[in-house]
Amino acid sequence: MSEISKLTIGSIREGLLSRRFSATEIAQQALAFAESENPKTNAYLRLCPERALAAAAKVDAAIAAGEEIGLLAGVPVAVKDVILTKGVITTCASRILEHYNPPYDATAIERLEAAGGVIIGKTNCDEFAMGSSNENSAFGAVRNPVALDRVPGGSSGGSAAVVAQGTAVVSLGSDTGGSIRQPASFCGVVGVTPTYGRVSRYGLSAFASSLDHIGPFARNVRDAATLLEVMAGRDPMDSTSAAAPVPRYAASMTGDVRGMRVGVPVEYMAHATGETAALIHGAIDTLRQLGCDVVDVSLPSTDYAVAAYYVLCTAEASSNLARYDGVRYTTRSEEAGSLISMYQHSRGEGFGPEVKRRIMLGTYVLSHGYYDAYYLKAQKVRALVARDFTQAFGKLDAIVAPVSPFPAFKIGEKVDDPVAMYLSDIYTITGSLAGIPCMSVPCGLTSQGLPVGLQILCDHFREPEMFRLAHAFESAVTLRTS
Amino acid sequence: MNLTEKEVRYVAGLANLSLSEDELARMVHDLGGILSQMDRLAEIDTTGVEPMAQVLYDAGDDTATLREDVERTPLGSDAAVANAAISASGYFKVPLVIERQE
Repeated sequence: MSEISKLTIGSIREGLLSRRFSATEIAQQALAFAESENPKTNAYLRLCPERALAAAAKVDAAIAAGEEIGLLAGVPVAVKDVILTKGVITTCASRILEHYNPPYDATAIERLEAAGGVIIGKTNCDEFAMGSSNENSAFGAVRNPVALDRVPGGSSGGSAAVVAQGTAVVSLGSDTGGSIRQPASFCGVVGVTPTYGRVSRYGLSAFASSLDHIGPFARNVRDAATLLEVMAGRDPMDSTSAAAPVPRYAASMTGDVRGMRVGVPVEYMAHATGETAALIHGAIDTLRQLGCDVVDVSLPSTDYAVAAYYVLCTAEASSNLARYDGVRYTTRSEEAGSLISMYQHSRGEGFGPEVKRRIMLGTYVLSHGYYDAYYLKAQKVRALVARDFTQAFGKLDAIVAPVSPFPAFKIGEKVDDPVAMYLSDIYTITGSLAGIPCMSVPCGLTSQGLPVGLQILCDHFREPEMFRLAHAFESAVTLRTS
Repeated sequence: MNLTEKEVRYVAGLANLSLSEDELARMVHDLGGILSQMDRLAEIDTTGVEPMAQVLYDAGDDTATLREDVERTPLGSDAAVANAAISASGYFKVPLVIERQE
């Protein structure tokens, strides 16, 4: 039963078309494997066998009828529980949505199922995607499948864990300040945050709307690119979704990155220490050997990015989460006397500590007398961070950097220090603020066997260049370690 | 910036959030620490910089436009109230909002 954990989108397609197995068999095996493995990690909040088997049966019927099959035909997909799935409970890992049954599917979900994808379950995460360790879930922390006493990263920890564990072939996460790249790095898988607006946010529960993205996890660059390709493109239901045409990403993965101009931010490397820094330096050497033209680059506003990000994301969150008021969504406090006390108690009982902390911060920075000093100032600093990248990409094709200052840490190790937890997002936040595509690709293991990811960042809509570099790098690393 | 307990209570009121006494004490401590980090924003010169409210890029005229105004069937009130704590006849039910003067 180890076959599921080795499958790729390509090998499933080949197996289906050669009738070596059926989509139904794959779905059944994936569901059974997920069920038996999940007690180790708590990565799934629920499986959805009915929906999975119905989707698989459609693929099998299409093959039997000799019809064309979609790019994701028969591929077991796991979905972060902040993305709406019609008829499948979607909790955002929060008590306040414990019984929420969405009346519609997210656009990303519709598209991946239209391409033959088979959704097998919903994955655990930090409550409302707020966190960097997946310890903020109302339904228990997720354990890292690589080292079970450690966090898988966050907030999309469950989605990274199931791909690393092999119970899903690919998965969907969401990224606001690093919530795809950091868990991908911690679990040793590929995670992609596309250009802001590349994938529709319709049906993604809103955390910070100007920063939220849906993106893929996979065990290799090609699979991540295929999943992104299926989901990407203009959606009339999201006015911020981009009309730019979606390229065939596979065509860009030529293996040839000679002459690519790659920048290494001096401000990032000044912070980097220990084994993480050594692995990133090793990765940079590999890029040089592949023929990239590697140079130093300065991103001078970096030091202020974390402060700007946490002002903006909490401000947007405090507004977005006002909708959870005990009226429309599932849970209402028993303490409901007056209307206001019903709001206050429903929210007080329904939200966990980190969500409350962010609602409070966001409310404060938007409150009378503080708006200019915090919110407006942070928007200006965001413009400076974005300008750093625009200037850098005038001379560069890509930037490479660490994803996180350290590999996966122990469960409980940082849970009582929110400031330290926020500061650890430094390398991922800058790209999020600029809205550029960025990804984490595995670059090696520490002496304790913990994965470390290399981050690749490119200019808006330059996903093809990003995948070209990531794919060439991945091939070189695989060759060296196999 | 350190916040007083009174300020934290005021913000919790704005956010419609009930906090226990323990949560309140913890919040005074945590918000103070985080705001001290945020106060660093004052150090960087942003003279003449336009605030960035949204990601900006040149991606053609069709981006960030409204969709065609075409009639379509909405979810309907049954689906809309299906997840409510208390509903009746297609409406959300809430505690009494307006007291009637006799």
